[in-house]
Amino acid sequence: MSINQPSAAGNSPRPDEITKIEPAKWRNVFAWREFWSYRELLYFLTWRDVKVRYRQTAIGVLWAILQPVLTTAIFTIIFSRFARFESLQISYPLFALSGLLIWLYVNNSVTLASNSLVGNTNLVTKIYFPRLIVPTAATFSGLIDLALSFVILVGLMIYYGVNLTFQILLAPLFVVLAILLAISFGTLFSALNVRFRDVKFALPFFLQIWMFLSPIFYPSDILPEKWRVAFALNPLTGILQGFRASMFGGSFDWFSIGAAVVLTFALAGVSFFVFKRMEDDFADLI
Amino acid sequence: MTKVIKVENLSKVYYLGGAKHNSLRDTLVGFVRKPYRKSKKDKLLALQDVSFEVNDGETLGIVGNNGAGKSTLLKILSRITKPTSGTAELRGRVGSLLEVGTGFHNELSGRENIFLNGAILGMQRAEIERNFDEIVAFAEIEKFLDTPVKHYSSGMYMRLAFSIAAHLEPEILIVDEVLAVGDVAFQKKCLSKMRDVSQSGRTILFVSHDMSAITRICNRAIALSDGKIVGAGSATDVVREYLSSSWGMTAERFFEIGKNSPESEFVRLEKVRITDENGATCGSHDIRRKIGIEATYEVLQSGKILLPNFQIYNQGRVHLFTIQDVSNEWKRQPKDKGRYVSTAWIPGNLMAEGSFFVNVAMVTYLPIMNVHFNALEVVSFDIADSLTGDTARGDYAGKMDGVMRPLVDWETSFKW
Repeated sequence: MSINQPSAAGNSPRPDEITKIEPAKWRNVFAWREFWSYRELLYFLTWRDVKVRYRQTAIGVLWAILQPVLTTAIFTIIFSRFARFESLQISYPLFALSGLLIWLYVNNSVTLASNSLVGNTNLVTKIYFPRLIVPTAATFSGLIDLALSFVILVGLMIYYGVNLTFQILLAPLFVVLAILLAISFGTLFSALNVRFRDVKFALPFFLQIWMFLSPIFYPSDILPEKWRVAFALNPLTGILQGFRASMFGGSFDWFSIGAAVVLTFALAGVSFFVFKRMEDDFADLI
Repeated sequence: MTKVIKVENLSKVYYLGGAKHNSLRDTLVGFVRKPYRKSKKDKLLALQDVSFEVNDGETLGIVGNNGAGKSTLLKILSRITKPTSGTAELRGRVGSLLEVGTGFHNELSGRENIFLNGAILGMQRAEIERNFDEIVAFAEIEKFLDTPVKHYSSGMYMRLAFSIAAHLEPEILIVDEVLAVGDVAFQKKCLSKMRDVSQSGRTILFVSHDMSAITRICNRAIALSDGKIVGAGSATDVVREYLSSSWGMTAERFFEIGKNSPESEFVRLEKVRITDENGATCGSHDIRRKIGIEATYEVLQSGKILLPNFQIYNQGRVHLFTIQDVSNEWKRQPKDKGRYVSTAWIPGNLMAEGSFFVNVAMVTYLPIMNVHFNALEVVSFDIADSLTGDTARGDYAGKMDGVMRPLVDWETSFKW
């Protein structure tokens, strides 16, 4: 075909493969294979976001630790002095940090992802790649922070002498669920943000309300029984409950956990549908 | 010969202003049925029924004025945007280079940007690693490899960006106007690299305003105007035709009386056109030839001294110069009622290559100064320097800065 034989490796189709360009059409299947073939781009965009985040800051990656630690300290002062949660089986700092670590990851990821397409306009309008890579990379870049605060949590657990149980092996499942939740909201908002820049203004309110409605710094059993069902409609309720139960060896609330799994996957489906639907017009609208 | 690119009846419509939905409910219902259904009103046909084929190893040039649809075509073929109708088939890996340095991050070092940009352009990490030394050497940035690119000079930045892109190894390379950047020596290097790529049997689609680059690199070309293919054939033929025609240029403008005609109680502008030296309307000019700007106007009341006045702007909206009728015949001579045609001749070998706009005014200086009208950007025209060797360019093929390009006399004498 050519004198300088092009290398066989590459993201685009193989030499003998045909790219067909057609008008936008509703396709039922998401091109997972194509997404997978662009995994190196996903890796490099994630790596870029991580590298750039703490450039030219004096204390760098320490910020990733300070954010949850300082917030935990504040909550601990407020809730151990002024309002005590009698039902807690574990000391409050452990409870607060375990909740905050998941929450800050979701909060930061959704914020970063929702701005990701608009913030990468030059990429979207100049190069082809599965657009889903961009919000996904933004969500993945927060995982470093999550891992660092996880180290702090483990340190705190040792300090408080928490007995580890085999349940801790289930913890990654709840982290993965939180990641999926963050990706879902992130992709949804990133797509909407291309068309409606209102997202930029509405999102902080949404996140703030969500935070107060989630059992992050208070246990969900302070709520009256009849509210529990409504509370379980927030997928974070089940995720946080399950994460804490597996870390600290408590009992699982299978109702809220089941609800969280169903709701997160449903949300993921809706988000990818909306994203896919809007994707073809990103370059023209952004 | 296998057909590597096959484009059939490609069209693209842009809706300007966006959709106006009445309520959130309409938005939601409309979204489920068909996202972004737009009103029929403000639409722009960026591409209309474009069909062509490219064979394996061919280098196809695409020429056309701004807004002719070149970029839209490349964006569709690069899969950045979807066509409204029509199809295209591309066989093999496609690398597109619509901009140099897409995705460069200022905070990252040159080394880091090579990997990031390479991945964005579609290279595998192994491929980047294999070409790494060559990329660095080609860009001549060895010493600054670990410096954040925000500290690079614009020349270094461009060199690095092009160097990465030049090491892409797709079967089909789509290139838009990227040679219009960087310093002169590096541009030569880029052009020869492009030629190497085309000679190695890969297929290239190449858009440029630089007609000499098109004729040197491409064997075939198509010309676009208002979204349609208006010319196709060998690159030299298409370029020649492009330079001599006025495809899509507003080289001529008529005004409707009482509707949009610039006028005062004394004079009304009827028509303005750009002509070649023979008086034929023409929007694309060879830098060596003189260009006529012709205004037709009706004098409504006798007795005023009325002088046409043309202001020439380039694409960057730099006011190059103003010309007005200073001929002894009319400078101080009142005009009688009736229709007049005035032509100003801009000599050849004066302005640089590019696109130009003409404002047309009518002024009176004596006894008191009076501007009757000043119509902005009435007509436009292009000038191209075709690398014939007898212009101010000489044998130099790269980008030449400066808004003027006069051909001046030189004297050099041998001293000892």
